[in-house]
Amino acid sequence: MITAVAWRNIWRSPLRSGIIIAAISVGMSAGMFTTTFTKGWMNQRLEVGVETEASHIRIQQPAFGENYDLKEYIPNSNLLTKEIAKTKNVNGVSPRLVIQSMIASAETGTGVKIIGIDPDKEKTVTNLYTKLSEGKYFEGVKRNPILIGAKLAKKLKVKMHSKVVITVQDASGNITGGAFRICGIYDITSGIYEGLNVFVRSSDLARLAGLKKNVSHEILVHLVNPEELDRETLLLKASYKNLKVENWKESMPELGYINEIGNLYTYIFVIIILLALGFGIVNTMMMVILERVKELGMLMAIGMSKARIFNMLMLETVMLTFTGGFTGILIGLGATYATMEKGIDLSNYAQGFEELGYSPHVYPVVEVKTLIVIVILVIITGIVASIYPARKALQYNPAEALRTE
Amino acid sequence: MNIIEITHLHKTYNESEVKVHAVNGVNLNFEAGEFAAIVGPSGSGKTTLLNLLGGLDSPNDGKILIDKTDLSELKSSDLIKFRMKNIGFVFQSYNLIPVLTAQENVEFIMHLQNRSKQEREERSMELLRAVGLDGRENSRPNKLSGGQQQRVAVARALASKPKFVLADEPTANLDSKSTEQLLSIMEELNRKENITFIFSTHDQRVVNKARRVITLEDGKVISDERKR
Ligand SMILES: Nc1ncnc2c1ncn2[C@@H]1O[C@H](COP(=O)(O)OP(=O)(O)O)[C@@H](O)[C@H]1O
Ligand SMILES: [Mg+2]
Repeated sequence: MITAVAWRNIWRSPLRSGIIIAAISVGMSAGMFTTTFTKGWMNQRLEVGVETEASHIRIQQPAFGENYDLKEYIPNSNLLTKEIAKTKNVNGVSPRLVIQSMIASAETGTGVKIIGIDPDKEKTVTNLYTKLSEGKYFEGVKRNPILIGAKLAKKLKVKMHSKVVITVQDASGNITGGAFRICGIYDITSGIYEGLNVFVRSSDLARLAGLKKNVSHEILVHLVNPEELDRETLLLKASYKNLKVENWKESMPELGYINEIGNLYTYIFVIIILLALGFGIVNTMMMVILERVKELGMLMAIGMSKARIFNMLMLETVMLTFTGGFTGILIGLGATYATMEKGIDLSNYAQGFEELGYSPHVYPVVEVKTLIVIVILVIITGIVASIYPARKALQYNPAEALRTE
Repeated sequence: MNIIEITHLHKTYNESEVKVHAVNGVNLNFEAGEFAAIVGPSGSGKTTLLNLLGGLDSPNDGKILIDKTDLSELKSSDLIKFRMKNIGFVFQSYNLIPVLTAQENVEFIMHLQNRSKQEREERSMELLRAVGLDGRENSRPNKLSGGQQQRVAVARALASKPKFVLADEPTANLDSKSTEQLLSIMEELNRKENITFIFSTHDQRVVNKARRVITLEDGKVISDERKR
């Protein structure tokens, strides 16, 4: 019955309660949608960063480092590859050659990282082969096929089947060049990466650079279960003490931070919204209580305990908050589900983001964890906002309260 | 056998510059089954006396014993329970819970006492019948006339089977017909069910119905007459 009284009390002034409930739901739907939108955006960046660019774990010679020293290769890397591939929880291993070089078209030239891969093995560690906007993944060109990024293609003013020349310094220090023909163009919305990374067959690259067949500069490892990243990294580190083993969080720390900071920002955003709403709620309830002093006096007189009066008013505030809060969350989720298939195209407003690997086409996602956090935040707001007004109501003595008009 | 014994009761208000001695040395006893009116001009201390008697406010001096329980010795939480069990209240401005129906208003105290649903429903209907409101049990207060609301208030006051009912100017907001109706209902409850009513008033027609008239002036009892 007390619950019924509290609920009906909310609707004693439908306009006032309606306004505060509407305010809460607008605030919360904005908060909710911002969260799913940001989450989607961050996830897309992470997906590209990990699944297309870096894979899970990378193994190199310690001295290979930032200079991409051609001679700092892993010898007998085929053996190593096979060995790691047998490990439980590893679903792909791919050895790569990585050489800093120049690429030139008929028009112009630029510095790039030329990556030599075994196309089939590479498929097991990155999803680059799914990101082709034109051409085929190492098909259709017999001799020296090359895969380049859309950004680079534009910069070099080349098209499918255009010829490009790659110049490298070979193992004996001589500058040598080789002609490659474009078999495909990949597009991953990460402008910087697209502009700097080209892919060729490792056998072609080894021949050009005068490297032995059985060597590689890095080995990429892809896990069955990404949750096991830290554990598997430690295991590999222990097994290959003289090699540098790094997972993507270590090699691209900014990607992990951005995700965490993204989460933090959305929570802060939601908390600020709730804080503002909280003051509105407290204010509304203080008005409610001032209007009902006489009624509170009557309730005390006929024998309703302070604890029960406190609970009743708290319940009223909490129900008011929850009604608005959960309506808002549902609206936010509705907006998310309405846009998650087709995504939201920001390309007219946000070209700059693309350079940093943030797609201008965002697909919001609902993450259960964040949803739970937001629901908990709403619950906390309801409870916290209800305490002060309800306490205020208890300060009256029944005789005084009954005398008020 | 006295159910209420008031001795040497004093209440002063110091809120304004002048000290108001609202109840000034009152000694009174009430027996079970009384139908007593407290009369006196406005400001004579009727409300203050009833509030003290109902445990809504505490005196500066003196003692109130209700069935041997000294109100001043109860903790505030026990006092609330004591009020709920022993004292029924009727107020000048009805003071029903606006969001509850007539029947729910009557049931409310029984709900606070955790009585069963069946008991609540039966007793509330019985009381509404006694005050002549069967058929209006599902109406909310704003759909009832002042007289009807005050009758719901009387039914509510009786819901917890109190030892006595305190009514502060229960008819002050009612027209003469509703006043008459309410008083005859109260009289009947008093006669048939032996319910003790103590009410304040400054309406002579109401005074005429009382079997005992206590007159206050400046917080003092200046006369205490019993009829028949
Ligand atoms: N809360 C209060 N503060 C100060 N003075 C009060 C208060 N309540 C009542 N009084 C004063 O006490 C006296 C008695 O008031 P009251 O008991 O309300 O009389 P009645 O009900 O007979 O009109 C009056 O002079 C009134 O002004
Ligand atoms: Mg009065």
